Amino acid sequence: MNPDLVDRVRRIAADVFKLSLAEVTLEASPETIADWDSVQHLNLVLALEQELGVEFSPEEIERMNSLGAILAVLEPKVRG
Amino acid sequence: MASGAWALARMRVAQMWASEPGPATAAYVLACVEKLRPHLSLVSCRLFVLRAFTLEPVVPLVRAAAAVAGIDLTVRLGEFNAYVQEIVSPDSALYAFRPDVAILAVQTRDVAPELAVRFGDLSTDEVNAVIERVSAEMTSLIRTFRGNSSASLVLHGLEVPAWPAAGLWDAQQPEGQREAIRRINRRIQEAARAVPGVYVLDYDELVARVGRTRWHDLRKWLTMRMPIAAPALGSLADEWLRFICPLAGRTCKVVVTDLDNTLWGGVVGEDGFQGIQLGPEYPGAIYQAVQRALLDIRQRGFLLAVCSKNNPPEAMEVLEKHPGMLLRPGDIAALRINWQDKVQNLREIAAELNLGLDAMAFLDDNPAERERVRLELPEVTVVELPADPMAFAAALRQHPALERLAVSAEDRERSRYYGEQRERTALQQSAGSVQEFLRSLDQRMVIAAVNPSTRARVAQLTQKTNQFNLTTRRYSEQEIADMAARSGYEVFSVQVADRFGDNGIVGVMITRREDGVGVIDTFLLSCRVIGRTVETAMLAFLLERARARGDHRLEGWFYPTKKNAPASEFYATHGFVLEETVEQGSRWSLAVATAGLRCPDWITLSINAEPNS
Repeated sequence: MNPDLVDRVRRIAADVFKLSLAEVTLEASPETIADWDSVQHLNLVLALEQELGVEFSPEEIERMNSLGAILAVLEPKVRG
Repeated sequence: MASGAWALARMRVAQMWASEPGPATAAYVLACVEKLRPHLSLVSCRLFVLRAFTLEPVVPLVRAAAAVAGIDLTVRLGEFNAYVQEIVSPDSALYAFRPDVAILAVQTRDVAPELAVRFGDLSTDEVNAVIERVSAEMTSLIRTFRGNSSASLVLHGLEVPAWPAAGLWDAQQPEGQREAIRRINRRIQEAARAVPGVYVLDYDELVARVGRTRWHDLRKWLTMRMPIAAPALGSLADEWLRFICPLAGRTCKVVVTDLDNTLWGGVVGEDGFQGIQLGPEYPGAIYQAVQRALLDIRQRGFLLAVCSKNNPPEAMEVLEKHPGMLLRPGDIAALRINWQDKVQNLREIAAELNLGLDAMAFLDDNPAERERVRLELPEVTVVELPADPMAFAAALRQHPALERLAVSAEDRERSRYYGEQRERTALQQSAGSVQEFLRSLDQRMVIAAVNPSTRARVAQLTQKTNQFNLTTRRYSEQEIADMAARSGYEVFSVQVADRFGDNGIVGVMITRREDGVGVIDTFLLSCRVIGRTVETAMLAFLLERARARGDHRLEGWFYPTKKNAPASEFYATHGFVLEETVEQGSRWSLAVATAGLRCPDWITLSINAEPNS
């Protein structure tokens, strides 16, 4: 996995959930982060789209249910 | 932080928001505002958003924009699609929140789904039935809301589709899809006009301004019930703020404008009368557009003033005689054309017009002058201008501090009053004694019970009067109506005319009876007529009224604010006795039997004190 991208995504997620970087691991998901509800999911999607200049399809948004899954969706989009 | 440092910090925050409004900046702005809070005089306002779709991301944007505009906005969103229950149920979260402003954010597909999605299947009769049903529902929601709350209500109008069902044919027939939706909008507007304090946000117009195809995000709608594209959310926040500013009383009263490179292109001192750019053709037309915008804002009831570093004869020659000028000296309430510091000039203009610095908006093409005013006079609203003068007029037209939601006859006539005021001041200087001056004014005063035609103005005076205001209680139009109807309460408007003209309604008195005591709830007078003994005549009237009712005492509070020093001695100088002093203010009373207060004999008073007469 692209370490730069991992770093940026963790930072964006930490900003959205108002957590420290250490608390946002690749395993982070709605189960581990209490604040990760549907509204915060929207905020996370908006922040990722804005910061990384990408757009997600409805299917992708549904699949993005952990930080690892988000990275899997993002990798092909931001490669190159 | 030293006082200069926080003014600088405040300015940087405002500039940052202006240059890069967005979610990240919003979070930063709100954090800064928390730290600067003790140094900012923020007006608080509570906003409840009734909604049928996702609006969470708008909340930080509108709060940040409001904070920069001087408003501490507390926002609460209603539940998804629960707006009907929230409005109908008197013990809902909406009313428990005690909002100052409520916004009803609904879309065509929420309230008129048939028109939005299957218009092509409907017969003319069915379309008409939908229009009737939706209009009746919205009207009923407005009335129910008003029955439960005196907060202001802002309704989103309905949007027409980008691609109507009938395609091009939609515009070729009298009863197309877009026309059906517009008919509902007209009905909503009529319903809103009939209820005080209810306003329509022309949502379709807002979307059109931003661009219909850029406004929508179908993916976010289908996945997260958010129909608006992220970049457009800021435009919605700005549009809300244009309503919130006037509703929270955060608007200006005068626009102070520069001349060179603002009202015309070039510098008259260098380019000369013939050389400046001003006329119907490019590039002069750019500056005529700025002047047209200022005249339109003047029509809303704002004053215009000029503050320019120039040689007075050259600048005045342009103002008076240049064929390209749309503004003329008669449109301008105060002029400062000199080489003095602009900060000093702004202070003088405020004093001359009897306005606070926070009533001023400052328009200047020079970023250095703007920055200096921001730092030295943080109360003044500085209109941020882009480098390109082509965009000046639009910056004025979209400024939230230059909005009015209701324009009364008094507003429109205000500039004329100020012209007359200049003549009154001249007379005062020529008249020998104060009494002679007052006698020569030939003041005629009408005290009347508030009625539906004066209610808006009375509410507006309670909202806007800061200096001669004993209790500074702000009331909405609805609250005025409620009080006037309540037993024991009386609400009076005070109109004053003199030999120079009619000042219109300039004073308000609200009283209630409590166990044989007449309690003064509100007593205020516009600064236009302060110091002309009108206030004495008003108080004498209240005394007479108390006497006629058999009250034994007249009683009132004085609550000091930053601005109402002119009223601080009012009770003491009119024979009232200090009863108690607490942290918020002092209570004064006057024994009716022994009081000798009378209407000054140079004022002709007529009374129309019975409601609905």
